[in-house]
Amino acid sequence: MFYRECGVYKDTYAGDMAIFPIPLDRYGFTVMLILAFVAIPLWASDYFISNIMIPFYCFSLSVIGLNILAGYAGQISIGHAAFMAVGAYSALILYGRFGIPLLPSILGGGIVSGFVGIVFGLPSLRIKGFYLAIATLASQFIIQWVIVHWQWFSGGVFGTVETPDMHIFGWLLDTPVEKYYLALGWLILLTVCAKNLVRGQLGRNWQAIRDVDYAAEIIGINLYRDKLIAFAVATFYAGIAGALITFCYYGAANIEEFHVMVSFALIGMIIIGGMGTILGSFLGAGFFVLLPLFINRFMGIFMEVVPSEIRSNIESIIFGGLIVFFLIVEPYGMARLWHTIKDKLRLWPFPY
Amino acid sequence: MIFFFEVFITGLMVGIMYSLVALGFALIFKASDVFNMAQGAMSLFAGLALVGFLYQYMHLPLWLSLLCTMGVMTIWAYVIVYVILRPLVARPPLMLFMATFGVMYLMEGIGQSIYGTQAKGLNLGIPDQSFEVAGILMSSFDLTFAGVAAVLVIGLVIFFQKTRTGRALRAVSDDHEAALSVGIPLLKAWVVTWVIAGIVAVVAGVAWGTRLGVQFSLGYIAFKALPVLIIGGIDSIPGAIIAGLMVGAGENLAEVFIGPYVGGGIQTFFPYLIALLVLYFKPYGLFGKEIIERV
Repeated sequence: MFYRECGVYKDTYAGDMAIFPIPLDRYGFTVMLILAFVAIPLWASDYFISNIMIPFYCFSLSVIGLNILAGYAGQISIGHAAFMAVGAYSALILYGRFGIPLLPSILGGGIVSGFVGIVFGLPSLRIKGFYLAIATLASQFIIQWVIVHWQWFSGGVFGTVETPDMHIFGWLLDTPVEKYYLALGWLILLTVCAKNLVRGQLGRNWQAIRDVDYAAEIIGINLYRDKLIAFAVATFYAGIAGALITFCYYGAANIEEFHVMVSFALIGMIIIGGMGTILGSFLGAGFFVLLPLFINRFMGIFMEVVPSEIRSNIESIIFGGLIVFFLIVEPYGMARLWHTIKDKLRLWPFPY
Repeated sequence: MIFFFEVFITGLMVGIMYSLVALGFALIFKASDVFNMAQGAMSLFAGLALVGFLYQYMHLPLWLSLLCTMGVMTIWAYVIVYVILRPLVARPPLMLFMATFGVMYLMEGIGQSIYGTQAKGLNLGIPDQSFEVAGILMSSFDLTFAGVAAVLVIGLVIFFQKTRTGRALRAVSDDHEAALSVGIPLLKAWVVTWVIAGIVAVVAGVAWGTRLGVQFSLGYIAFKALPVLIIGGIDSIPGAIIAGLMVGAGENLAEVFIGPYVGGGIQTFFPYLIALLVLYFKPYGLFGKEIIERV
């Protein structure tokens, strides 16, 4: 059982379009799914499930959105966390105030966020690059202000709203495992959608726009439409992620959780994970969630030696250092490393 | 009417501070086409270093501390240019932009590791008295910094227009490759730019640090400078100054006269609203060169 394309005969259209044409990839992916659906809920501790896996899933979802926008369509956004907030608050208002069932509420949070995203994506029709980045930063501050200052949205002091109990068809979701399945379900569904979006017509259009926009326009791509769709899709993902992380992890919508530093961190995640790959979104988000844990474990050994100031800041030093490191050494991030490993595996045991 | 002018003048004084930060951005963008997200972090680091030299680790006199802080920023400039930017020379500008995110995290992390995370006061012994000019209340502290900022800007203009190095920097900002081909050392020119931006960051860090205390949120003043930059035009030094004054006065007036009707606190995003408007009608800013690529 070698990792080979040999013997994979693509004799149907479906076979030709398979996401994982190589059998070993398929087996590996199945194992991961079994791990995620069966093994982790069965054997992992509640702490692991609710403090590592759930935020990991939610951030992955958000990073997939940002990756579609920045990595595929080439429109950088530094206001992505604000759209998570839009999704979180919309879902809360729909669910808690209007009594709409949970799943449609979360979907509604995503849709509202998508529409807001289209509005803030409008500047991308005229400007690009740094100018666009600053225009998206404007969305961060405007959304933050609206949520904090307009009582109708926040409903409380400093924009904090507790999440009500979650019911799906009368079934109360209150254990970490149930919340875990909620997040995982959305994640799998939307990842499949994203993967198919980016390898279809729309995804190709986005990549053409990212590479050379005027050339894309000349070959007949509707720049305006496709850019706005990219903004809508990206912010939709952010909205769903925001709603999920609020319902499943934070337990209360708080504007401080969607601060501008979170937007920056999301950008760091796509750089470290890999721009323009779905796999990279997971790697980047996983890295970001696991980093503080690793540091705590590792630093625990040297607890007495390392002064507390350094311990609390080493996270941002490592994060920043890795952003720079990946940009210089491997601009396509950890996803690229995985590709290199796969290329080596194809030839193994021969050197070339 | 007097009240209107008072609000206006207070706004202008804050605007000078915004200009100082925006100036750092504009300088680096002019010379290396890098949009430096770490400018706010640089001000934070400069403030922290100054406090470190003044009270925390050493007890140096003020002038020596300022010199040492500038020295520290110079070291940073060398590190950034030779370690981070040099391998990225031929890459697309968006990559350089993202690299500055990394620099931002590094500076914040290292700065706070060395000097600690708690807020520190900074007192340079500049008297903070209020006095009235034609019925308008003013603070001597604000005026001092307005003076310092003016000297700095005039110095920079003379440096860029009259000196040999300044001319080389302008050549680099015009066209990297052409500058290289006539024998201007690109990396050295960049180092000079980052050193100047570091010195501007020192002034901004000191100015804001004395006002708000030296703490993590000092890095956030960069967010106030970004709309200033857009309004003034991203590569224009006079633009940064004038737009800074406009934004300072505008947001203060808006907060006082419009704020009460919509719930207050609008100065966090009011500059961005203006910036969005400017972007829509004049994408290259009010004073910028009209070279922005149209989509």
